[in-house]
This record gives sequence, C-alpha cells and structure tokens, in this order.
Amino acid sequence: MSALSQETAFAPLRGPAVIRHRLLRASLHNPSFLLGLAILFTIIGIALAAGFLFPGDPQDMVGTPALWPGQDADFLLGTDSLGRDVASGLAHGARVSLLVGVSAAALGLVIGTLIGAVSGYFGGWIDTVLVRLTELFQTVPAFLLVIVIVAIGQPSAPVIALAIGVAAWPTVARLARAQFRSLREAEFVTAARSLGYTAPRIIFVEILPNAMAPIIVTASVMVANAILTEAGLSFLNMGDPNLISWGSMIGDGRPLLRTAWFLCALPGGAIALTVLSLNLVGDGLNDVLNPRSGLA
Amino acid sequence: MTAPLLDVRDLAIGFPGHVVVHGVSFHINAGETVALVGESGCGKSVTAFALMRLLPPTAAILRGRVLFDGTDLVTASPAAMREVRGKRISLIQQEPMTSLNPVLTVGAQIVEVIRRHEPVTRSAARQRAEELLDLVGIPEPRRRADEFPHQFSGGMRQRVMVAMAVACQPRLIVADEPTTALDVTIQAQVLDLLDGLRRKLGMAVLLITHDLGVVAQWADRTMVMYAGRIVEQTAVRPFFRHPRHPYARGLLAASVSDAGDGHYTTRRLREIPGSVASAAHEPGCPFAPRCPEMIPACRAAPPPLERLADGSEVACIISVPSEVPHVAAFG
Repeated sequence: MSALSQETAFAPLRGPAVIRHRLLRASLHNPSFLLGLAILFTIIGIALAAGFLFPGDPQDMVGTPALWPGQDADFLLGTDSLGRDVASGLAHGARVSLLVGVSAAALGLVIGTLIGAVSGYFGGWIDTVLVRLTELFQTVPAFLLVIVIVAIGQPSAPVIALAIGVAAWPTVARLARAQFRSLREAEFVTAARSLGYTAPRIIFVEILPNAMAPIIVTASVMVANAILTEAGLSFLNMGDPNLISWGSMIGDGRPLLRTAWFLCALPGGAIALTVLSLNLVGDGLNDVLNPRSGLA
Repeated sequence: MTAPLLDVRDLAIGFPGHVVVHGVSFHINAGETVALVGESGCGKSVTAFALMRLLPPTAAILRGRVLFDGTDLVTASPAAMREVRGKRISLIQQEPMTSLNPVLTVGAQIVEVIRRHEPVTRSAARQRAEELLDLVGIPEPRRRADEFPHQFSGGMRQRVMVAMAVACQPRLIVADEPTTALDVTIQAQVLDLLDGLRRKLGMAVLLITHDLGVVAQWADRTMVMYAGRIVEQTAVRPFFRHPRHPYARGLLAASVSDAGDGHYTTRRLREIPGSVASAAHEPGCPFAPRCPEMIPACRAAPPPLERLADGSEVACIISVPSEVPHVAAFG
C-alpha cells in the first residue's frame, strides 16, 4: 500500500521533530538572526567565564593607574584611574548587566502579558480598570520611577531588576491587550469556546501562542532597555556599590574622558553591542517563530 | 412521541437598542437534520450561537428557554455550559480557513478536544484523533495530524472541523453555513460526509444555510426565518412542492429549479421586491411591506406561527385557512 510506505518515509519527521526541523531551517536562512545570536552567545560566554578568565575581585587595584590598552601585556584593555583591570571589569560587568537586564525584562513581560491578556480578553469594566492602571504607570517617566524605587529600597541588583521590571510592563501590557482584543474575535477562539474550554485555557493555550510573536520581539528590546537603564543608574552612582557594571565603569571613567576616553568607550561599546545583538535576535525570532513565514 | 432533543421556546435575542430575534420556537428530534434558512441578517446565526450561549458580549438572550435533553441552557451555569459545548452540542463554523488555531498542529487540536471531555491518556486520544482524521477522509492521517492548519486546503480544513465536532460524539451539531466558503464540489463532499457521520453516530444536525439546493438535498425538515421570526416550518418535500408562506414562495420563485424534463427552467427568475430593512418598524407581519398578497389585516399584528393539520407550521393569516389558491400567485 502506497500510503503505508509514504508514512514510513516520513516517520522520522513526526512529532516535535517536525517543528524543531522547521525552526532550525528558518533560522539558518536568516543571517542577521545568526549574527545577533553569535554576538549574544559570545557575551554570555564571556559573562559565564568571567570568574575563570579573571579570577579575583574586578574592583581590586592590580596595576598602574590609567594604562592605555596595549601598554602592558598583563592588562590588554588597560587600567582605570584606580588601577583596576578594564578587561576584568567588562567581563564581570557583563554578568550584572545581563542578569539585571534579563530578570527585569522577564518580570515586566510576565506582569505586562498577564495584565494585557486579562484586560484584552475580558473587556468591559475589567479592561477599563486595568487600562487606567497601565496609563497611570505610563504617565510617570520610567527612569524617574526606577530611581524612586531604588532610592526607597537599597541599591542591590535584585531591587534594581524589580524596579526596572515594574517600570517596563506597561508597554507589554498595551501590546498584549491589543493582540488579545483582536484575537478574541477570531473564529478559532469562538471554536475553542464552542468546544467547552475555560477562559484561562483559551487565554494561555489558544490566544497567547498566537500573540507571542510581537511580544517576543518586544521582550528582546526590553532586555536591551533594561540593560541601558541599569547602566544609567550605575552611571548616576545609584547602582549596586558592591558590583561592577558597565554603567558604573562609564561613570568612573567620566572624569578622565579627555585623557583616557577608552575608559568610557569600551564599556559603552559593550552596551551597544549587547543591545544590537538583542535587537537582531528579536527581529530574527519574529520571522522564525511565525508558522506562516513560508519556510515550512 | 418522545420528547425532542432540543426544544426552543419563545427565544428572543437583542443587541443594545434593537431586538434581532423575536421569540422563535422550534424543536429538533434526535437524529434528524433541520435546515434553518433565510437571507443574511435575519437572525439565523444569532439564534444558533444563542443555543450554545456563544453570543457576542453585547448581545443578550431577552427571554425564552432552550431545553436540551431536559435542561434549560439559558439558565445553566457557565461551568455546566462548558460541559455541554463540544461534548453534547458541537459547532461547525462558516470559515474553515480561520476556525483552526494556526499555531497548533491539527492532531494536537483534536487531541485537546478529546482530553477536555474524556478521561483518556494522551496516546489514546492521539490514536482516536488519527482515527477521526481517517473517518473524515483525510489521507495519511498519521502524518497529516502533525501538520499545521495552513498546510491544509479549505475543504480539508472543514473536514478537520467536522472531525473535531464529532470527536466526543455529540447529540447535536450546529453547522453555521458550513460550506459557504467552499466551492460546489467540495461543498457536496463535506455535506455528504456530515450526513454520513450523522447517520453513523446518531446525531442531530441544525444546518444553517441560505442555499435552498443544500436544503433540498440534505435536510429532513426546514424552517424559514424572516426578520427574526420563523415564518414557516415544514418537512422538506412539502416545502418544495407547496411552500405556504408568501416569503417562502418568493424564495423558491427566485431560485433556479428543474423544469420537469431534466433541464433547468429557462423562465425569468422573480425577485422579492424591497429589502429586509422594511421590516424594522412594521407593526404587523414583518413581510407585509414586500408581500404581493398583503391585505390590510396583515399590518395589524404579527401573525402567530400556527400549526396545520399535516404538522407543518406557518405564520401568515392568508395562508393558514387555504394554501392551494395562493400557489398560483407566483406562477
């Protein structure tokens, strides 16, 4: 029977393997996505290996102050005004930046998606209340809100992540709400209701995966924004004083900007590269995750 | 006679500011196919969605009862309603292209329906899903179950919708213009499939359509709706031979029919003058402004749906006493 032989021929592609296969192929056709991933994984790798590459506290004074990159083979990227190793600072700073960025974005994403989903799916007075709440948060400048929250709490990495997350969720909430509002009218949602599914199931299983693409793109931009906000806080000396971060390195290098500009440029470049890679990844994910992208 | 499977009594549905369904009453017996016909906007779909309490948030059931197997669905709790939906009453929608969730595989969607209503393992449900796909005539069901809806054609998707609808062997299937979006040959295949499954599984079907050809071929009984009221209810054969309500006669006069010698008639088709909008502020029979047989008494009050000797029902004061003389009126 020809149907049977066909079936066996396709057997290795059954189940989730089909999906994995498709995702892999779609990503391999997207050079900017691959570039973004490559940069991001390099930065993550450096952050993970920081303790191994640069043992010891990056805040320790280890060399002659204000060495330029290349001047001393021990300090490839030079030293700052206090004689701290810039390369070690960058590697350890990547940990703080990524950790704060990812956890803040994750927090903002969860709060925003939940509020946006509930608001958009149910509508009515629930929607009105939640939209007002969202607007209340949006009218306060995000950076000021972060500063206020950090000033009330103590400037430690978890508090900073919490503050950035709390300030960032309204964007996601508005996006998720718009997605849910249009998708709840979709016929497959009516079909789901006609099959007896509960509201939470329809929200999370039926609608959310369909609403995910723009939310994921926003998430990568949120990580980038959170990294920038954390850098801004540290630059203003409101960061965690026990941790070295890219922002605090820029802040510390500021007095020497005219004589040793690399002290600001190197961590600045690191921030820019991370943000760029996250944007590339987000953009690529948008194409890859779309089941109708034509690459299936 | 045993109690009907579905007994709708005086169901009225309103949107803010206006009433769209004015107290319709009908019943569906177990295992029969009942067609609900009427032009766009007459309240067919709203009635069907109201049966399952799936009305849009702005619409509301104003009064009436929907007795299904003895329980009133209008007053049932949301949780009880969820148990009825998909398990005892299923819905097939008009648009197969958008009625399946685009990010889940077809197999996963059928598996979820089965697991929602029956305590079976994932692998058993998967087995059932493949059998169902086979049952609705999808070749290579094991492989196709892992594909996404966009990899199916319109007709195939509607077959999948049928498979999902019958997955838990419901007593009633509400098919809301199931073939309007499909081309004619696929339409016949899907309706034949639905009819075959109805016989095999002993389900009743409420078939909503505006295609009288579909009614003639697949329905046992037909109900004609006009401006939110049922104006005629008859078995299919007498309906096509002697439509009683002037609106039903108008509909049939406006459709191409067999001339009796194996060819389609070549006579000029007659349209019904005016539009359904004229029923909006009519105090009497909603069809009176367009009716060629209107007499002054028609505009006094909407005529009730009266039961005739042969079991059919008609809401028309001139048609009730004697139907024969009026058949000639449309030629």
